[in-house]
Amino acid sequence: MVEKAGNEPMGKRTISERRSEREMVITRTFDAPARLVFKAWTTPELFKQWWVPKSSGATLLSCEQDVRVGGGYRLEFAHPQGGAPMAFFGRYLEVVPDARLVWTNEESPDGAVTTVTFEDRAGKTLLVMRELYPSKEAMDIAIEGMDEAMPETFEQLDEFLLTLAAGTPGR
Amino acid sequence: MRCPLLLSGQCREILNQMAQYSQSRFDASFGALSDPTRRGVLEQLMRADASISDLAERFHMTLTGMSKHIGVLEQAQLVATQKVGRVRTCSLGARRLDDEAAWLENYRRLWAERFDALDTVLEDLKRKEKRDGRKSGQ
Repeated sequence: MVEKAGNEPMGKRTISERRSEREMVITRTFDAPARLVFKAWTTPELFKQWWVPKSSGATLLSCEQDVRVGGGYRLEFAHPQGGAPMAFFGRYLEVVPDARLVWTNEESPDGAVTTVTFEDRAGKTLLVMRELYPSKEAMDIAIEGMDEAMPETFEQLDEFLLTLAAGTPGR
Repeated sequence: MRCPLLLSGQCREILNQMAQYSQSRFDASFGALSDPTRRGVLEQLMRADASISDLAERFHMTLTGMSKHIGVLEQAQLVATQKVGRVRTCSLGARRLDDEAAWLENYRRLWAERFDALDTVLEDLKRKEKRDGRKSGQ
């Protein structure tokens, strides 16, 4: 099964695709050499500047990255709605400077393994990110995670998403 | 480190906004809906079924152009078509935004936002390198 979602303004498309029953793939081209994209991904001070989408309302409380094979990472977020900070953590399985990163997502028992490749293309970088879940069931659970959080019917979610895209209402 | 906000924080944010905007009108979102014409077509079909030529006329497009849009919507199962005689009639599809489509679009949106922010960081890095006399890139 392949489903695609695309279309980004200014020709800087972020393309996501469900490549199989247990794999998501995202691609994006950056106007910078792979060396710099890798640096922005593996240096906590830089990483913090882009990882948390403003629209999420969340704040990155801490970010530790020990970028080497077997090294760990840990991210902690606070959310305006309060509650305990959420932690996301795992280990790096592969680290090839300026070219490739593979890490685990261990905050959930059936977390995906994420692989990011940075490909130099005449001074630009093609970034490909794959998230491979251990099974179809694990990916379905990740998808259903959203469902569970929804007390209302999906019709309402439909409407909401449609409204958002119509012009991202002010908050 | 995959898309944590999507499954937790962002979800809460969505709920929060849902409460505020749940009455808002049907307009647009995921993949197939990133295009304003296709959003318009769906809005139109919510009111009544229409033929492709009706829709082409309404949206000031060629038949071919409209057929392409309908094809995309049909593939996403947002629109169903039925050919009666020489007229192909469009109606809303069986599937609207199911959980997977919603998830996929949120997922893409999350990464698109991240990557746009990363562009800014990269511009800074490039500028700094230039200033420090190191040729960036090649």
